[in-house]
Amino acid sequence: MERYLLKNLAYLIGTMAAVSFIVFALTEATPGDVARKILGAYATDEQVSHLRKEMRLDRPLVERYVEYVGKLATGDLGYSNRFKVPVQDIVWDRLANTALLAAVAFVIIVPLSMLLGMLAGMREGSKLDRSILLIGTILASVPEFAMGVFLASIFVVWLGWLPGTATLVAGGSWSLASQMVLPVTVIVLFDMGYVICMIRASMVETMQRPFVRTAVLKGMAFRQVILGHALRNAMMNPVTVILLQITYLVTGVVVVETLFAYPGYGRMMLEAALFKDIALLEIGVLIAVVVAVGTQILGDLGYRMLDPRIRL
Amino acid sequence: MTDQALLQFQDTRISYFIRAGEANVIPGLNFTLGHNEALGLVGESGCGKSTVALAIMSYLGRAGRVTGGRILFEGRDLAAMSEDELRRIRGKRIAMVYQDPMSSLNPVMTVGRQLMEVPLLHDAIGEDEARRRALHMLDEVKLPDPDAMMERYPHQLSGGQQQRIVIAMALIAGPALLVMDEPTTGLDVTVEAAVLDLVRELRQRHRSAILFISHNLGTVAHVCDRIGVMYGGELVEQGPIRQVFADPRHPYTRGLLDCLPTLGRDKRSSRLTPIPGQVGSPLSRPVGCGFANRCAHAESPRCTAQAIPSVALKAAPEHRAMCVRAEELPPFRRTVTAADAPTLEGKIESAVGVDRLKMFYRRSHGIFGGAGDVVRAVNDVELVAAKGRTLAIVGESGCGKSSLAKVLAGLETATDGDVTLGGRSVGHTAIENRPADLKRKLQMVFQNPDSTLNPSHTVGYAIGRALARLKGVTGTAARQQVERLLEIVKLPAAFANHHPHQLSGGQKQRVAIARALAGDADVIVADEPVSALDVSVQASIINLLNELQTERGATLIFISHDLAVVRYLADQVAVMYLGRIVEAGPVDAVFRPPFHPYTEALLSAVPQPDPDASHARIVLEGSPPAPTEEIVGCPFASRCPRKVGPICDASPPPEQMQASGHRIACHIPVADLARLNAVGVPAV
Repeated sequence: MERYLLKNLAYLIGTMAAVSFIVFALTEATPGDVARKILGAYATDEQVSHLRKEMRLDRPLVERYVEYVGKLATGDLGYSNRFKVPVQDIVWDRLANTALLAAVAFVIIVPLSMLLGMLAGMREGSKLDRSILLIGTILASVPEFAMGVFLASIFVVWLGWLPGTATLVAGGSWSLASQMVLPVTVIVLFDMGYVICMIRASMVETMQRPFVRTAVLKGMAFRQVILGHALRNAMMNPVTVILLQITYLVTGVVVVETLFAYPGYGRMMLEAALFKDIALLEIGVLIAVVVAVGTQILGDLGYRMLDPRIRL
Repeated sequence: MTDQALLQFQDTRISYFIRAGEANVIPGLNFTLGHNEALGLVGESGCGKSTVALAIMSYLGRAGRVTGGRILFEGRDLAAMSEDELRRIRGKRIAMVYQDPMSSLNPVMTVGRQLMEVPLLHDAIGEDEARRRALHMLDEVKLPDPDAMMERYPHQLSGGQQQRIVIAMALIAGPALLVMDEPTTGLDVTVEAAVLDLVRELRQRHRSAILFISHNLGTVAHVCDRIGVMYGGELVEQGPIRQVFADPRHPYTRGLLDCLPTLGRDKRSSRLTPIPGQVGSPLSRPVGCGFANRCAHAESPRCTAQAIPSVALKAAPEHRAMCVRAEELPPFRRTVTAADAPTLEGKIESAVGVDRLKMFYRRSHGIFGGAGDVVRAVNDVELVAAKGRTLAIVGESGCGKSSLAKVLAGLETATDGDVTLGGRSVGHTAIENRPADLKRKLQMVFQNPDSTLNPSHTVGYAIGRALARLKGVTGTAARQQVERLLEIVKLPAAFANHHPHQLSGGQKQRVAIARALAGDADVIVADEPVSALDVSVQASIINLLNELQTERGATLIFISHDLAVVRYLADQVAVMYLGRIVEAGPVDAVFRPPFHPYTEALLSAVPQPDPDASHARIVLEGSPPAPTEEIVGCPFASRCPRKVGPICDASPPPEQMQASGHRIACHIPVADLARLNAVGVPAV
């Protein structure tokens, strides 16, 4: 166990170092000039080169990278050129907003898709199974933006029940809770279709395994067989997939955030990338790595809890 | 028989409804099982044995249905019961033991909990009482340290221990009927012997009736009082076990006995007689006898014109056969045909030499995991495979026989020592680095033909590709050679256009052999090539291997756990234990005293298809040491029933060589080993 954690810590640090350097290098290597971006199209070349000197962009890449990492170590996350504030003033707010969105969605997705996936998979080919599978497949195949526009046109434009944007600004005519409804719904519906299909497939496979037959032929009722024997085995494979959804929910919901003007992490990253806001981008990417590796460790731990054969 | 039979099949008709229509697997089955009786059901795969077992449990799946007749259990029709009624019977009155114990147990639940579930479910008792009963059962099935065993998970147990758990789970509620579906298939021979002994013993104590399903006539003979032979879903012969074995009246029963290699037969004394043809499809049944098209005694029209009833024999009314000629067939005698195998005389030329071979590998702990323990898969093995002869390597699972085969084939390389092929060193050369002519020289045939043939390629393509790679033959010449190869393995030329899924298991194995022959291999390494096949198919493949050897002078290295097959087919035998050869020599010498104590135990464990075969079994205690352990003395010392003393642990046993080339690695002097009883070698 200690060995496992140490190994993963090393893995995490290694990945962070590699990814941050690649991002650093990539933003440098792509065409376009940071100084020009900051100053805008109407600045003179002289002004631009002056800023370049001031920002010391003329030094070699590695040197600047080392200096950057040194600053990070002292807690200085840098200055966001896009938002004109220190990085720590924007990144944590945005992350918290997205975490809220992700947490609400995750809490809905997991139990609901477990229940539906299990109900579908326990009797393969039944009417219930086919209905759930059909709905799951449809939900998983409609793109987020299409689903968002569709729901918004019903609930915002037509019925007028919900706000069309979720800027999280209190004091307007819409409460914060009501602003959350549409973004959460779109994420839940889109993501759940996929998770349901995964859990169902695992359940179907589990129900065909001989130990389920053993349980039935012991004289157990179907319900007892499902809850006592099938469920835990059926959750083993999906647990990794379910935890991977956390990574998606934190770093991949940029479409939904953009659609509803939600001030979240995904949109922040998009803007930082378009603007070559290296300082912000770097921190954002490092956060993404932590989230990804962290959920992976969680997944391994969950897997180990479910399966006594696994030793870490 | 007392008031009523325990279990009765009355004209039971069972079908599976599949896309192609109704597959009538059981056309109308009649048999009775009395209280405390043990009935063995035998037959090849696809004859409906497992369907009978699952029908008793009312677990035929969605596609299966009892479409006629009744299955009476204690006077009540199982097929007409509701789910609730069935639930009260399952596990309590009727319990089942399955073929593959590992997958029959829930991997994420302790075995103790799985045992306790049964009494908790059926008897109104509390946790403590259930635990007490579970502990008692663990003791009865002779598992060591029941308290600790309760907390184990299935993967922490060996195959034999898992099967004991499944048996304990079946008997814990005191069922009236125990259905055992191939309970020892897949277990090692010594483990199988111990499990069969346990079943026999528990049967006497628990007074449960047993329906014992097996493809192995030997195991049935060991456990049952009565036997039923199934063919095409019908019970073609049934009767008291001694009677049926002594005087089988149905040609199918005779065929099964004839194609079985036993410890008393070898290729020089008699040829195996496979049953011609294949089991017919349950989608279309003939009017008359289902076996007529494969039967040597069939007579038209009386065998084929109308349905054949099951008739009691005049001399023995308990003995019934479903054959119009049952009374008139001559007394049964093992078919003995002239042997066509070459004798062992003549100069022995080495085809493959194994010189102090070691193959170690490290069990890794994943990336960053560092070095794991060293597994000594093959440890100092010295062997010679004579040209044009068969060398068999026997041993239980994990003894290193497959690792040895892998080094021979170049799939692994030697850690130390060497392998020579026709005098050239190949032990350290992986297959991809071997020159083309060496690749051609040695080819392999594997156990499972399903996984070695690519399902999306035709047979012709698979063989043609081997021809192109090994001999550079393409185009028309290749097509001709494919036909010739198919002819050699006795398959019709049209099979070149078939895909593997269109072939039966035996046919697939023939294709695999044809592919191995494509480069005119001198040496064929066959790793358990007949283990997954039915007995009659097994017989024909064994005959084929024999013929190939006689006609082409090929050297065969035959790896097997089945001693009867080895006895039949081999010229030289090497017995492996824990990566080492404990005994080797000519087949006659190895299967006769003096024995290595391990060979003796192995031989005594082979189930004989003869209810009167009564010899003392040598039950091996414990399981072999882990292959990672470094052993100074004799590898078998920890389990040897004839252990001499500390010397066995302290120093490696001397290799005692005899004039015939027979060698035994043991501290006991050969003169003493020669006094051991000859086991399992009845007269032919």
